[in-house]
Amino acid sequence: MSALPPGAELDPAVVRRATRLWLVVLAIFGGLLVLRSVIGTELGTGDAARTVHGYGLVFVEPAGQGFAEVPASAWADAMAKDPAQDRITLSVPRTAGVWVAAILTLAVLSFLWRDNPAYKLAESIVVGVSAGYVMSVAVWDTLVPKLVGALAPGLTKAHLMPALDVSAPDWWALVPLALGFLLLCRLAERTSWLGTFPLAFVVGTFSGWKFVQYVESDLLAQVATMFDPLWVPGPTAAATVGGTLCAVLVLVGVLTVLAYFFFSLEHRGPLGGAARVGIWYLMITFGASFGFTVMGRIALLAARCEFLFDRWLWLIDPAGNH
Amino acid sequence: MSHGAHAPSLVDRIDRIDRRWIFLAMFLAVAVPILWVGVTGRTFPETPTPAVQGAFDALESLPPGSKVAISMDFDPASAGELQPMATAIVRHCAMRGHSICAMTLWPAGGPIVDATLKDVLGGRPEYRYGENYVSLGFQAGNEGVMKQVNADMAAAFPTDARRTPLADLPVMKGIRRITDFDLLVSVSAGYPGAKEWVQFTVSATLTSGKPLRFVAGSTGVQTPQLIPYYPTQMAGILGAIKGAAEYEFLVNDAVRRADPAASIPARFQEAQRRMAPQLFGHVLMIALIILGNVVFFARRARGVQA
Repeated sequence: MSALPPGAELDPAVVRRATRLWLVVLAIFGGLLVLRSVIGTELGTGDAARTVHGYGLVFVEPAGQGFAEVPASAWADAMAKDPAQDRITLSVPRTAGVWVAAILTLAVLSFLWRDNPAYKLAESIVVGVSAGYVMSVAVWDTLVPKLVGALAPGLTKAHLMPALDVSAPDWWALVPLALGFLLLCRLAERTSWLGTFPLAFVVGTFSGWKFVQYVESDLLAQVATMFDPLWVPGPTAAATVGGTLCAVLVLVGVLTVLAYFFFSLEHRGPLGGAARVGIWYLMITFGASFGFTVMGRIALLAARCEFLFDRWLWLIDPAGNH
Repeated sequence: MSHGAHAPSLVDRIDRIDRRWIFLAMFLAVAVPILWVGVTGRTFPETPTPAVQGAFDALESLPPGSKVAISMDFDPASAGELQPMATAIVRHCAMRGHSICAMTLWPAGGPIVDATLKDVLGGRPEYRYGENYVSLGFQAGNEGVMKQVNADMAAAFPTDARRTPLADLPVMKGIRRITDFDLLVSVSAGYPGAKEWVQFTVSATLTSGKPLRFVAGSTGVQTPQLIPYYPTQMAGILGAIKGAAEYEFLVNDAVRRADPAASIPARFQEAQRRMAPQLFGHVLMIALIILGNVVFFARRARGVQA
């Protein structure tokens, strides 16, 4: 939907009315949450059935060296048999995890209302946790085993990584160490020029790699398929017609899109006609990409909604969690 | 809010609708079907497309005990789309008795690999870690790792995720390089992922004596970039949640054909459950696109600049 014309301002009365309407919508959702808690959830079966006023609870039982999650109904059944049992218990950390995940999900979704502190908080937590996790993985999966472990295996095995399977130093690891130090020189203005050497190494190596592989997989292999027969026999007449039609459409698409991107001649006459067909192919491709993107985004929204309704609110139980 | 002497028309009001109503409509279009599916337990039947059928057949046609490498190159942000795929593929491998070697090139993928293997193989006593399946965990290096596994698997992954050298794992016996696997599967959300596996690993083997069979599962955003590789460089593609639902349907159908009395656990129908919200979400999107175009042309007919 289009924006307001330049210079136009929203009518304050309309803004107030919209705000009131949205507060009513949010109040309805809040009321439903409270109602959900009051109504409770019936757990267990038969004589063991009991109503629990709450949701988002996670129960666990000992398993191996830790704990395994069990359905809430298992807890209800165990309590019916022995009210004093402590094998299946409420897991406070996991319950808190479900609630934190639910609240952060709602905080992120609140951006749809408008930018707000709850969204900013959730955004900051995501950035901080992600950066911390990736740094931790980089240290323990890369730097320690591949650099420190390669240069000082004894020290690494003794103090950092007992399972390291290296016995003798690998002095070739000094090369990436030196390149890494040179890269850090970019942090200081006077030594930043030293950082160009590792960058040149990375860019040069990667370009060579990428170029060769790209030519092989995206050019030669794709061009080779253009020489496949246009007649594609199938097990049925419909399959033959469909396969042949697809092959023809692909060939026409390749030629006409190439015609569109051929700028050495003016797009008139047959070349102009082919280029126009090429534009249609491109538009259909963009449309298909948009459609796939919509599907992906709806899938992510559906996953979060299912989490909220299942693990948090206990409104549904498709996976038998409670 | 009027910009002229007359009251705003229906077209004007639709044109200036508060975008939050659209968000609410999309939320309801997704949420209500989820509740409906959650309460009734019903899912839509799926008709597999050739690309998904190709992926299924690639696994199904391998003799039991074949070795399958699965690279789960995604993180929790894409798990809503890709986790059902990864689960269905690992489950299919287990049903067929294949050995599984799982890995990831994404830093946050390690816990996903472990959770997927535990979820699917945890209840199968015949699957023992190190003998029938292994998690190689995360390895940094992106395309570097992909190139390295072409020549020497143990150089790229010296140990598994539990720090056991590959040579000490029975499941890795006979595996020197990636082409020693009977099939490579990549479930990926972007870079590095299926596209890079094709470029740096699969394509290089196509002209060799032993081409590596490859299957990809990808997010909706990435799928259009992968379609040109099918079927020459890929045996099949699972595109987005729809592809996952079709694959899940094929696997569950195979279970029912083998044992008509078998019940399918709900956690193995995750993608199929997500198709009802997809349907209503897409219907709403199409309606909004049509409505937007109607408003656009109506305003243009009146000579109003957008």
